[in-house]
Amino acid sequence: MNKTGTIHGINGPVIYLKGNPGFAMSEMVYVGKERLVGEVIRLTSDTTTIQVFEETTGLRPGELVEGSGASLSVTLAPGILNNIFDGIERPLGQIAERSGAYIGRGVNVDALDTEKRWDAHITVKEGEQVYGGTIIAEVPETPSIVHKVMVPPDVSGQVISVVPDGSYTINDVLVTLNCPDGTQRDLTMTQKWPIRVPRPTAKRYPCTMPLVTGQRILDTLFPIAKGGTAAIPGGFGTGKTMTQHQIAKWSDANIIIYIGCGERGNEMTQVLEDFSKLTDPKTGQPLMARTALIANTSNMPVAAREASIYTGVTLAEYYRDMGYHVAIMADSTSRWAEALRELSGRLEEMPAEEGFPAYLASRLSAFYERAGIMQTLNGNEGSVSIIGAVSPQGGDFSEPVTQNTKRFVRCFWGLDKSLAYARHFPAIHWLTSYSEYMSDLSAWYTKNVDKNFINYRNQIVSLLNQESSLMEIVKLIGSDVLPDDQKLVMEISRVIRLGFLQQNAFHQEDTCVPLQKQFKMMETILYLYSRCKSLISMNMPVSILKTEDIFEKIIAIKYDVPNDKLELFDDYKKAIDQFYDRIMEKNA
Amino acid sequence: MSIEYLGLSEINGPLVVLEGVEDASFEEIVEITVNGRDKKIGRIIELYGDKAIIQVFEGMENVSLDNTHTVLTGHPMEIGLSPKMLGRTFNGIGKPVDGLEEIHSDLRRNVNGLPLNPVTREYPRNYIRTGISAIDCLTTLIRGQKLPIFSGNGLPHDRLAAQIVRQASLGEGSGENFAIVFAAMGVTHDVSQFFTRTFEESGVSDHVVTFLNLANDPVVERLITPKVALTTAEYLAFELNMHILVILTDMTSYAEALREVSSSKGEIPSRKGFPGYLYSDLASIYERAGIVAGVDGSVTQIPILTMPNDDITHPIPDLTGYITEGQIVLDRYLHGQSVYPPISVLPSLSRLMKDGIGAGYTREDHQDLANQLFSAYAKVSDARALASVIGEDELSPIDKKYLEFGRQFEGQFVGQGEEENRTIEETLDLGWKLLRILPKTELDRVDTKLLDKYYDLHQDGR
Repeated sequence: MNKTGTIHGINGPVIYLKGNPGFAMSEMVYVGKERLVGEVIRLTSDTTTIQVFEETTGLRPGELVEGSGASLSVTLAPGILNNIFDGIERPLGQIAERSGAYIGRGVNVDALDTEKRWDAHITVKEGEQVYGGTIIAEVPETPSIVHKVMVPPDVSGQVISVVPDGSYTINDVLVTLNCPDGTQRDLTMTQKWPIRVPRPTAKRYPCTMPLVTGQRILDTLFPIAKGGTAAIPGGFGTGKTMTQHQIAKWSDANIIIYIGCGERGNEMTQVLEDFSKLTDPKTGQPLMARTALIANTSNMPVAAREASIYTGVTLAEYYRDMGYHVAIMADSTSRWAEALRELSGRLEEMPAEEGFPAYLASRLSAFYERAGIMQTLNGNEGSVSIIGAVSPQGGDFSEPVTQNTKRFVRCFWGLDKSLAYARHFPAIHWLTSYSEYMSDLSAWYTKNVDKNFINYRNQIVSLLNQESSLMEIVKLIGSDVLPDDQKLVMEISRVIRLGFLQQNAFHQEDTCVPLQKQFKMMETILYLYSRCKSLISMNMPVSILKTEDIFEKIIAIKYDVPNDKLELFDDYKKAIDQFYDRIMEKNA
Repeated sequence: MSIEYLGLSEINGPLVVLEGVEDASFEEIVEITVNGRDKKIGRIIELYGDKAIIQVFEGMENVSLDNTHTVLTGHPMEIGLSPKMLGRTFNGIGKPVDGLEEIHSDLRRNVNGLPLNPVTREYPRNYIRTGISAIDCLTTLIRGQKLPIFSGNGLPHDRLAAQIVRQASLGEGSGENFAIVFAAMGVTHDVSQFFTRTFEESGVSDHVVTFLNLANDPVVERLITPKVALTTAEYLAFELNMHILVILTDMTSYAEALREVSSSKGEIPSRKGFPGYLYSDLASIYERAGIVAGVDGSVTQIPILTMPNDDITHPIPDLTGYITEGQIVLDRYLHGQSVYPPISVLPSLSRLMKDGIGAGYTREDHQDLANQLFSAYAKVSDARALASVIGEDELSPIDKKYLEFGRQFEGQFVGQGEEENRTIEETLDLGWKLLRILPKTELDRVDTKLLDKYYDLHQDGR
């Protein structure tokens, strides 16, 4: 029999119990007649404080609160992918079947389908010694992902019986173990894990592989490593969500966990629709087959928003433990921080900056530190990369969430309002953004793309920096007074901005660009620069160079060269040479 | 039958405390009778054992600690719904104020609503033609969208909203089942009369449900007004299959009412004294726009808010922008130049337009044209900034062309008559006409094929 208490006070999503009925911190509880899900967040000798993950309208003092005896946990088993959950892993599809178009309260549904039968291939034999993390069965969860059923991290023992290969539900016993303490333990496809506790791994590797996204400004200028962390801050309308969608669609992670935390309902619907239709270029299967969505839209209860981030990262860690590369899109971490602030306010805690609780920084760091590329308990390599959107108030990056996030992430993709106003997308500003992974990843680029990749990348960055300081002068006195070599820097930078940095997410070829093409584009632009530079050094004015449309042609490469016809780049090189020769002839 | 509680133990602004309550539930509605005559409605916002903190929606005049009878109603804030509401006018909490009879209906709904399940939503795709170029081409309004107007005091946001109502509802979709839900929060009598007159003149007043909480009505009532209005809108849209346009004005008054109540509750403020839950609270209003899969109706929201001191980073417009699917920003400079509607093009945005325009919806060149106009107009501001330093004569020839483009764009494209209703073709063709002021090489946002097709078209005067 579980411990019970009665409600004394109600204040929004927070309820108070008199005394302590013996609940533990973070214990999951059921509140009231409708059995709303809640979590114990504070214990004193005379009061127990509980946050409720559903609307508390209609609760009365005196109603019963029942403990569950366990921390707030998620269910881990096949059926997570190609699914959409709320912040505490309740499947929204099933909720819709039960309560219609609106999300009702106290809807009691299993996190995962317990009746569906999965084809399981058992990978252990009788007599075998197994440990936490050992893979006991393989289940094709979706056409593109094989789910590996593992021994829970805290269990080990000798296999005394196994079932034959066949189809089983997630609650059927597959393997029975003799544990070291002499007890027997039945293993199913299901395990539970508390969301606030990171899942254990064997060790952490240094980050040496990029998460290739197909987005030029990310892959070339500010790459994120597999197992890395990145933040995308930006005011409203600057394209945070668009950037996250692009990475979720095209990155080379095996699995995507998309957390819609306090954002728009229509956006989640869009992800659901788009990802079911689009196919993953690597597997040819729908993108949803490698994606799990966690939707806690802005009008859903605020406490579940706080939990949704942890639910997402726990699911990601579970797939990492199978040896997959997982990327988490958290949109937006500011809404999560605001949920913390709201609950903290209800608890009457002493606020720090802008009303946020003082523990904001430690919560953020604990979340981002769950990223990493790891050796899993079963010896495989897997990673969790976290890409968090930040929505700073008023687009002001000095606010607490942006500042604290900056301390813990190594990749910063700052979105810029003026670029967004000019519809330059992605509106990631090349001067405010940075990636600390560049040096860790340069060996990979040299080996897998080209030995000149890093060199070219640095030249591009340097040109853009020169342009920005020249712009200061131009703003004061106009561009006519610049010497010709500086004018050329301005012209080439324009080519880089329009032809390389700007990328059209709605264009079939341009939406995702392979690294080889990114490299070739850089090479071509820099080749044009070097030829033009030698013309300028012969005292020819920049205006001569503009007599032909070679600059415009190079800008249009992104549309005109298909991703699988990179040999066309040779033609561009020839065109540049011919252009050079013609200019020389005319003006020699 | 139910117990009456005599007196109150504390009154603090709109908040009162009642002790010794039995069996009260959170968010329950209570009826407070003052001196045995005036009935006021309140809502329980906090409960501690037998002590209830109640927020009263109406004025607190004449209320004392011992002249009240309080009755618990046993249910949260509800409103009776019926098709007869069309054409009627109510106050901010849903009582008729037009002198006609009360709405009697067995169908009562909790005004707080419930969150719409993302799984059952349908992604909005059908565009609404407003006949206003700056909106149709650059910030296209989509059915089921929430697109606010960010304005300032003295700018013609009401006229713009009225024009959208006139032209969007009576346009080509006039055969369809449409209706307007109009909720006024803290606006003046003049503004509310302006809208009433507009609805009458355009012959839609029997399709309008009006909720009025005027500037001199109780502040707390304002907190319920948008919820009552949206509950009505959801009923009309998703149960009676109507296309509903909801106009909420002025959201700034709403947020200020929220701040007022929050501070009297003694809550910890975040930015500019607004409560930390302002975002969640605004979201619970704005998120109630959309389309439910399998239902014919839709709820489209046009909230209007006045930016205090024209500051777009003020918490109210800022948080609104993070929730809504874009914004239409009005600009005082353009208004000063007599441009109507004074839509500031660059910060305006419609997030849903990308999926509701283009071939099959409007025209294949729409997206590229819009991008190009945005990008060209962004360069106009650079050229203007430069001209203000070195003088217009010193500008390069290309910058001069941009200045010319900027002038014509503001005058002809953004500016239009209050009665002028442009078709989407007229709007797009006008966009191309203006782009031809610039050399073709400057147009870097348009796919080469489309550029050849549309830029060269009609250039020889055909």
